[in-house]
Amino acid sequence: MTLETVLLVAAALFAVGLYGAISQQVVVMVMMGLEVMVNAVILAAGAMWWFLAPDPTGQVLLLVVLAAMTVEMAMGFAVATLVHRHRNSDMTDSATDLAR
Amino acid sequence: MLVDIGFWVLAVLAVASAVLVFVVDSMARATYALAVSFVAVGFALVLLQQNYVGVVTVLMMLMEMAVMAVYMVMYMGMNPALMPMSMVHGKRAALAVSGAAFVVLGAGALLVDWPVRRGVPAPDVTAALGEALMGRQMLVMVVISPVMVATIVGGVVLAAHRTRYDRFGDDLRRRPARDPQRGGVGR
Repeated sequence: MTLETVLLVAAALFAVGLYGAISQQVVVMVMMGLEVMVNAVILAAGAMWWFLAPDPTGQVLLLVVLAAMTVEMAMGFAVATLVHRHRNSDMTDSATDLAR
Repeated sequence: MLVDIGFWVLAVLAVASAVLVFVVDSMARATYALAVSFVAVGFALVLLQQNYVGVVTVLMMLMEMAVMAVYMVMYMGMNPALMPMSMVHGKRAALAVSGAAFVVLGAGALLVDWPVRRGVPAPDVTAALGEALMGRQMLVMVVISPVMVATIVGGVVLAAHRTRYDRFGDDLRRRPARDPQRGGVGR
């Protein structure tokens, strides 16, 4: 286990998440793609912390990433609820404009 | 050696289950696959000596996936485990973009001349993190807290069916309130 190998795994996770975020049509599945991407960021940041500068400050950054992930989920579900309420749909293609 | 084997098992598990999220034909299975991916990354963090962050990741993501399953049932209006489906658009372009992203990020990981490790980890990493959060890094948590509160308020405002503006008008002066059903004393 070296920094390069962990970063490679994180890159693979990020790419998979990016594919999902771009290709999926259901809002919840798009959010799953974003989650996988943040998952990759957590792994990469953890590896950077351990292999480059194992100072507690780096771990605080990881907690910030986890908090960002929570915010993304909460707001994403709220927007999904709003879209579903107004358009009776959970597909991204039906939410391409801001007008009601 | 054992750590290496453990890491590779977790790495393969994390990436394979992340791929499964977008391959399996039911949303319930996709949720489980995503949960497995998160748990694998959480344990990989534990291998990187970040016990606290790793365990928090595992616990938080398992709960999040449970919430996600509830949302799926809400929005799909069916049992997600029984309804095969594939809903994608621009699949070829998405594959190309994600492949290019992997190549760029992978090349960066392999070609960059990473600096040598600076400093040594504290004997008890979790205790050091706790002391940092309660000391030098407290400002970070102080900033995150209002963001969390704003998220709660924003989430409720967005998701609420009817708010006080629907009832009392934009200037909040309309009396009686416009309610779907009249009721209550004195309305």
